[in-house]
Amino acid sequence: MPKKLAFWQGNMAIAHGGIAAGCRFFGGYPITPSSEIAEVMAEELPKLNGRFIQMEDEIAGIAATIGASIAGYKAMTATSGPGFSLKQENLGLAYMAEIPLVAIDVMRGGPSTGLPTRVSQQDVMQARWGTHGDHGTIAYAPSSVQECYELTIEAFNMAERFRQPVLIMSDEVIGHMREKVVIPEPGSFPIIDRKKPKVSPEEFIPYLADPEDDVPPMASFGDGYRWHVTGLTHNDWGFPTNEPAEIGKKHLRLVRKIDRFRDDIVKYDLEQTEDAEILVFSYGCVARSAVRAVREARAKGIKVGHFRPITLWPFPDKELIRVGSHVKKVIVPELNCGQMVSEVRIALGAKAEIIPSNLVNGEILRPHEILATIEEVA
Amino acid sequence: MPREEIKPWLRTRFFPHIWCPGCGHGIILHAILRSLVDLGKTREETVIASGIGCSSRMPGYINANTVHTTHGRSLGFATGIKLANPALTVIDVMGDGDCTAIGGNHFIHACRRNIDITAIVMNNNIYGMTGGQASPTTPVGARATTAPYGAIDTPFDICRLAEGAGASYVARATIAQPVLCEQYIKRGIQKKGFSVVEIMTHCHTQFGRRNKRPNPVDNLNFFKDNSVLKAKAKDMTEEEKKGKIIIGEFVDREAQEYTEAYLKLIERVRG
Repeated sequence: MPKKLAFWQGNMAIAHGGIAAGCRFFGGYPITPSSEIAEVMAEELPKLNGRFIQMEDEIAGIAATIGASIAGYKAMTATSGPGFSLKQENLGLAYMAEIPLVAIDVMRGGPSTGLPTRVSQQDVMQARWGTHGDHGTIAYAPSSVQECYELTIEAFNMAERFRQPVLIMSDEVIGHMREKVVIPEPGSFPIIDRKKPKVSPEEFIPYLADPEDDVPPMASFGDGYRWHVTGLTHNDWGFPTNEPAEIGKKHLRLVRKIDRFRDDIVKYDLEQTEDAEILVFSYGCVARSAVRAVREARAKGIKVGHFRPITLWPFPDKELIRVGSHVKKVIVPELNCGQMVSEVRIALGAKAEIIPSNLVNGEILRPHEILATIEEVA
Repeated sequence: MPREEIKPWLRTRFFPHIWCPGCGHGIILHAILRSLVDLGKTREETVIASGIGCSSRMPGYINANTVHTTHGRSLGFATGIKLANPALTVIDVMGDGDCTAIGGNHFIHACRRNIDITAIVMNNNIYGMTGGQASPTTPVGARATTAPYGAIDTPFDICRLAEGAGASYVARATIAQPVLCEQYIKRGIQKKGFSVVEIMTHCHTQFGRRNKRPNPVDNLNFFKDNSVLKAKAKDMTEEEKKGKIIIGEFVDREAQEYTEAYLKLIERVRG
């Protein structure tokens, strides 16, 4: 059978990847450079008996998405920079109430309105700590249009498995770049659906987690189980509590359910790291330039490799420590003033010199610029 | 005491409730439950959404599908739930601050969209839970912890706001007329489209004690003495209407409901 191919922008691939994962609800608000995701959803979802709604603002966009998820849909919202800030409050509710959803941030320059049409990687720490309070985070950084498609499927699977929001931290370059996408046959990749309660409505305790995975089964509004959803810290019954034992139990489980399974979640990619003395660590659109720079440096005889975190969160620290155990220098090119470099420093800073390489002028770091940095430190 | 058939609708496991003794919210809770029971709704098909505040704790006490969300945002969540599953009966209970301050944008757009949700706005003219700060419905001259010299900004008329924004059904009563409350809530639930039932209630703890109505009975008497039916108010001068609460049904119209429009769109697209 011939391969099914498409020539898509990254944003389009995210929308189609969501649909392939079973997403049938999109709630959002227009914002550059993410709007194409909403536009594809507006066109495609009605054809599939799905639901698209343009809400009155970013806050309502994620609120409707959470509502649809509570009613049993796989649901998505998408935004950029300022919109990502606005969504933080309700992202927090979804972490606390354990409601699965996928949220996309196509990163542009900030702070504030910043650079609506220009690329940045300035939201990667906001992805981890943007909403108030502790929680486990799952966030992916795609580096190609193919990955936009595949990671959106993965994001839905993780959202459904762990009952929480999962983020895709795309960027303006990846979002608007067109590339060939090989569309996998339906059925050729795993699809995870949220666990449903196995007990009767009378026996249902909505936040009683299964000990094997720390995730409570989730009923949908309308399927006969009556339960209470709240952003207040709650007990197993889903009801607000001020009881220290119940508070601690809930809170620690929110973090533990991700920590326990971080090995299942973490994804990364390596390029010529075996004998590397210099390591370049980069992600998203920058990794495309960096990998090319590494290959060119290798041709010049420099022992350099590349580490690309595909999950920014959980951060692949164990993997980075293993790969980087013999490197002397780590270059960290980022389109921000130094964000993920802090994590690299925690992982490798005691053994290797960490060299940040930052660009915040709205442009992407080009291969020859990264190559120049490699040659400079070699 | 509630009727027998109302008791299964209460999560008595979570009592006592957080409301002060004498709070009007219980009268509204009872009116909502009587309405649902009389309309033959089941707990399984009923969703009660809320935001933040004293009023927004109500869903926790109702044994249905309940969702207590973020401040002012409940209509966004309720919209997602209703669009995902239009067969559900969705009620959104809100306070005056929740509905008209932080949630004002969501409120007018839910009215405009005319989605089949019943918003029950419990208007006590104050932020009660946070300690008696002025809200967008605090009357001019009334005292609040953030208006110690009396409020100076013009309050919203929630019913006129809802009417202007496009709601299909708009009515107002006070807790001194529980039968009327029930009647309007029922009509709001039955109406295909966005319905707003504003119920004037009191916060004697935070509003009353700063405004010469410190006891629940003072407030009930205030509502009894100052409520004027819409039909009667028609013939009153602006001067005579000053300080009065006009009660009655203000809007009852037929208009395209949002989820029906969306399902028609799906039919059209899918041919």
